[in-house]
Amino acid sequence: MTNENNSLTSKKVPPIYPAKTKVQVTLIFFVVLGIYIFSMSWTQRQMAGGFGGALGNMFTVIEKFFPPNTAVISAIWGPMVETIQMAIIATTFAAILTVPLAILAAENITTWKPLYILTRTFLNILRTIPDLVLAVIFVGLFGIGLFPGILALVIFSLGILAKLISETIESVDMHPLEAMRSSGGNVFQVIWYGLIPQVLPQYTSLVLYVFEINIRASVVLGLVGAGGIGLILNQQLGFYNYPNAMMIIILIFVVVIVIEYISTRIREALL
Amino acid sequence: MIEFKNVGLVYPNGTEGLKDINVTINDGEFVVIVGLSGAGKSTFIRSINRLVTPTSGSLLVDNEDILKFRGSNLRKLRTKTGMVFQSYNLVKRSNVLKNVLAGRLGHTGTLRSIFNAYKKEDIGLAYESLKRVNIEEKIYNRADELSGGQQQRVSIARVLTQQPKYILADEPVASLDPPTSHQVMTYLKKINKEDNITTIVNLHFIDMAMEYADRIIGMRAGEVVFDGPVSEVSESTFEEIYGRSIREEDLRGGADES
Ligand SMILES: Nc1ncnc2c1ncn2[C@@H]1O[C@H](COP(=O)(O)OP(=O)(O)OP(=O)(O)O)[C@@H](O)[C@H]1O
Ligand SMILES: [Mg+2]
Repeated sequence: MTNENNSLTSKKVPPIYPAKTKVQVTLIFFVVLGIYIFSMSWTQRQMAGGFGGALGNMFTVIEKFFPPNTAVISAIWGPMVETIQMAIIATTFAAILTVPLAILAAENITTWKPLYILTRTFLNILRTIPDLVLAVIFVGLFGIGLFPGILALVIFSLGILAKLISETIESVDMHPLEAMRSSGGNVFQVIWYGLIPQVLPQYTSLVLYVFEINIRASVVLGLVGAGGIGLILNQQLGFYNYPNAMMIIILIFVVVIVIEYISTRIREALL
Repeated sequence: MIEFKNVGLVYPNGTEGLKDINVTINDGEFVVIVGLSGAGKSTFIRSINRLVTPTSGSLLVDNEDILKFRGSNLRKLRTKTGMVFQSYNLVKRSNVLKNVLAGRLGHTGTLRSIFNAYKKEDIGLAYESLKRVNIEEKIYNRADELSGGQQQRVSIARVLTQQPKYILADEPVASLDPPTSHQVMTYLKKINKEDNITTIVNLHFIDMAMEYADRIIGMRAGEVVFDGPVSEVSESTFEEIYGRSIREEDLRGGADES
């Protein structure tokens, strides 16, 4: 017993991580910490003046916004529905376009390297463009309305969806696909029978998730002229009609919460 | 008939999977390939349906050199060579019937299969196949609800539904316990006899090879080092193939339990 203990303590126990990794991790840790401390002190210097005045302003602002004007509900309901439709249409198009793109961007299915790299790069570029920028560009091109908003949302959500789904595809069990291939199935049959059943639950869940994002994004896009409730909100704020704006904000709030609640429930049931 | 003529295969990383293989497998034979891990058994079997492609020599299946096959030729070849895998390779989330119907893919047009519009005969065939391996009561269960042995029987039903001329089985019992292993091998043997389907099975259990094979091919380091009927095989033959004495782990046992 004692012998064993002795030999354990005296024996050189190798570290779990090699020394080199330890040094690297420590270095990265301190660099990140430094960035945090710097940015904290910087923003505080910037905000120091703002905080005092903000509190006082708050009451005057709240006073202006309240009470919300409930009379406008019937008038703003239409644009609200438009916003939801915008999100639905955009999500549907993105969900369809995602399928080929996600498959082409999955390394295990698209074994021809150049095509895979091309699709990957394309998706990466899509994702670097913020949705607001897309909306501003399309409003500039097509004028104020729902169409530029939908277009911006399609491209925006395509970037996210295709990326996430291609990663799901890359993690599937390849064995059944091999079986389909070896029984004489062609590419489409192999994908349809071997791949789709494996990714369908995650696909549906991710589409719903992106739909939630799109509902919120479509409100914001409205602010820059891409139609829907956001556009109306922007107008009311522009006319300094705060009780109306407040009513719009409350409506958006309720709608977003209801939709997210339903969507979360469906996603829970799926996985 | 399957003819390997001076077949060699070098993997992209330089590993020699097959070295100058010359083997002829006649119709209706039940051939078992034995050899240590890494001997090239999988490479041999997967060359026949072109899951891997030999880099030299010629490989004839029914007098056609399959090494140049592409596209529809390749799919036709695969349609007549069914495969059984060590890990069953079922779609776990799909039900048993759908998995078994996948055996018809090679016989079914793309549109028809995508809309699940299988012919009545195909569905009947799938059900008959399930019955032949006594698993028809699980027809609507999801594949991942079945035990390993049941999954392997479903995969055999899938291969039966394919109505192949050849069955290739790559270590079909390596993940199963002894009684279930014998059950699976018995089904394969029965199908070989009843349907006259040429069957090639990779095994590394000596006793099972002896029990089920008509003919044994021994491989070592990518080469065929023995080829002959079971009657010519003795313990020393295996010691030659393995290049070492026989151990407990080379035997599956449990033949009487099945
Ligand atoms: N895709 C591959 N790329 C490179 N080398 C490979 C590949 N597949 C197999 N090999 C090598 O080829 C040789 C033969 O492998 P193979 O899988 O045919 O052996 P096996 O007899 O089936 O072995 P096991 O009993 O372990 O399945 C091995 O040395 C293996 O490492
Ligand atoms: Mg193998």
